[in-house]
Amino acid sequence: MITWIKGGDIIDPRLGKQKKLDILIRKGKIEKLLTAGSFRPPGSGDVKTLDASGMVVTPGLIDMHVHLREPGEEYKETIASGSMAAAAGGFTAVACMPNTNPVNDSRPVTEFMLERARKANLVRVYPVAAISKGQRGETLTEFGDLKEAGAVAVSDDGRPVTNSELMRRAIEYARFFQLPVISHCEDLSLSPEGVMHEGSISTRLGLRGIPAASEEIMVVRDILLAKLTGYPVHIAHVSTEGSVAFIRQAKEEGIRVTAETAPHYFSLDHTAVIGYDTNAKMNPPLREPKDVEAIKRGLSEGVIDVIATDHAPHSPLEKDVEFDKASFGVIGLQTALPLTLALVREGVIDLPGAIAKLSYNPAAILNIKGGVIEEDREADLAIIDLKKEYVFTKERIKSKSHNSPFIGVNMKGVAVLTMVRGRIVWESDELSPSSR
Amino acid sequence: MYTFNHKDLLGIDQLSVSDINMILDTADAFLEISSRDIKKVPTLRGKSIINFFYEPSTRTKASFEMAAKRLSADTLSLSANESSMVKGETLIDTAHNLQAMNPDIIVLRHPSSGAAHFLAKHLHAGVINAGDGMHEHPSQALLDLFTIRKKKGRIKGLKVAIIGDIAHSRVAGSDIRALKKMGAEVTVSGPPTMIPADVESLGTQVVLDPARALKNKDVIMMLRIQLERQSGILFPSLREYSNFFGLNKELLKGAKKDVIIMHPGPINRGVEIAWDVADGPFSVILDQVSNGVAIRMALLYLLIGGG
Repeated sequence: MITWIKGGDIIDPRLGKQKKLDILIRKGKIEKLLTAGSFRPPGSGDVKTLDASGMVVTPGLIDMHVHLREPGEEYKETIASGSMAAAAGGFTAVACMPNTNPVNDSRPVTEFMLERARKANLVRVYPVAAISKGQRGETLTEFGDLKEAGAVAVSDDGRPVTNSELMRRAIEYARFFQLPVISHCEDLSLSPEGVMHEGSISTRLGLRGIPAASEEIMVVRDILLAKLTGYPVHIAHVSTEGSVAFIRQAKEEGIRVTAETAPHYFSLDHTAVIGYDTNAKMNPPLREPKDVEAIKRGLSEGVIDVIATDHAPHSPLEKDVEFDKASFGVIGLQTALPLTLALVREGVIDLPGAIAKLSYNPAAILNIKGGVIEEDREADLAIIDLKKEYVFTKERIKSKSHNSPFIGVNMKGVAVLTMVRGRIVWESDELSPSSR
Repeated sequence: MYTFNHKDLLGIDQLSVSDINMILDTADAFLEISSRDIKKVPTLRGKSIINFFYEPSTRTKASFEMAAKRLSADTLSLSANESSMVKGETLIDTAHNLQAMNPDIIVLRHPSSGAAHFLAKHLHAGVINAGDGMHEHPSQALLDLFTIRKKKGRIKGLKVAIIGDIAHSRVAGSDIRALKKMGAEVTVSGPPTMIPADVESLGTQVVLDPARALKNKDVIMMLRIQLERQSGILFPSLREYSNFFGLNKELLKGAKKDVIIMHPGPINRGVEIAWDVADGPFSVILDQVSNGVAIRMALLYLLIGGG
């Protein structure tokens, strides 16, 4: 059987281009890219036609930072439910962080995750293994064994490696296995009991603050460790003006560092916490308008390479409580694309650039497949309606958890179809009827 | 036609100048009741008020209870260690259970900022914030305004210094807002480790040195040093705190001759305020306590619908 995606604008994030091409897919692979309109379907034979006229076709989006909660907290999310949310958000691959219970610090856990992902059979799931056993920051995990089991990177995300020597050795050791190292930058001793950004709003609300310096100190440390070891470090969820400045400077000096931010850091600031909305509580916290501007500049100037969601599902048990007691984190898989498209409309980045940060760049950093639309590649694709306007409602959420600060917010742009290895894993009923 | 139209009192921000004047005027009327031989009026007969205190409190809890009783309401006081909180019940479940008993007002004291807002969102009953974390303690600020108005005849245009642990003080949080709203000028003072980030955004100025801060002020408010904050990180010792930031007679020499000295209590004698200053001629600390009952009577009355 052949799948024919016709009439769409193809985004090639690697070349930074947009072209009208038809795509022919056979046996899970992109067989041919053709000039639009040149394909004549054979009279006989099975051709499934997907009409992408008026839409864009992009490489399947890749989210290099999600929390799928399985094993251990299946009431918040499972690998299956998280995969469904990912597919509905246009993602064809996600990298899941190791702070599960048990922690993903050994082969059996990694293998379990991959087995669950195979059963779910939706998007590609790439486990990120812990840097230290139990994420306790004491001893290294078995990077080699974990890589063989299928881990694509190492990180103690959620619990930063406070011991600088351990972090240095982790980076050095990871080099042997060519495993990317992802760092959650936070000096915990600077933010004891902090629950939001330290500034005028924390003062107004009487909430304990997390100063920007708590992130920046560790960003600087990890930049220096990347310089010392000569091996790259990827800085997760950058949220402050200072971090952007330090990363920019490091890149200018040729230090091998890459960085990601999350859509909430360029869409919201600390005023979202007013009213004690626990869905505006995340770590790092929402910062000040000047930080939001700096993040946007960092994206536009290429200082920040990747947009990742830090999708962190929590149930009402963790969120419908006093602000102090609420867990950090928000879901993000289904809002990342429309929030990023808002940046495109704002002129911060162009569309191919946005798609690069959501696919090609994370693929390159993690050294995984995807991020391009080329003949003979596996057909991981998203068809995106840039014009679709809607209100993001609870009913749209495919994740098991609903902890989003964007519920009730007007959005523009949605993935109407997501395809992994040529197989449709998500199809919105908003796709025009003619294509079905 | 003015009406007092609030279900809850969560913080000063929600109140207009007219609301505050209404509360102070109503308290004036109720002050007289407390000096009667029979200190009770039937105003709130048949109404139920629950005092729910997740933190230890003597003054505020007693004050609300006294206020409710003088208005003939039925009262029930719960504290965290005798509630199901110790059995692991969440605040939201506790709230739903209390709501099921259909009280008219719940007075909440809680260690988490925003706890009263959280409760108010989930309850039909009115909620009075009797102190939430480091955020606000609005009835304290109202009784402070009331005390200042009684002593000085006005609030507008007065100069007030608040000295001490501003960062962790919900009293400061409410007093700064209330004083600014009523047209006073507010200066905060204390060790830099206890001045919150960007406190100027609340409309106050910062003068770290207490000796300079209290110059030409009509009112000095001293804040309690919470002894549990003696970690050695915010300030090295009580002795040093007292030497440099405590209010004593020597420091007072630089103040206006008709200054009044306030303190929300409980006071640490010899730490933030010297003995003889707390009991001295400028102190209105005990007036604050008496006025507190009247303010809380006014609040209960107005919130239940007397306005």
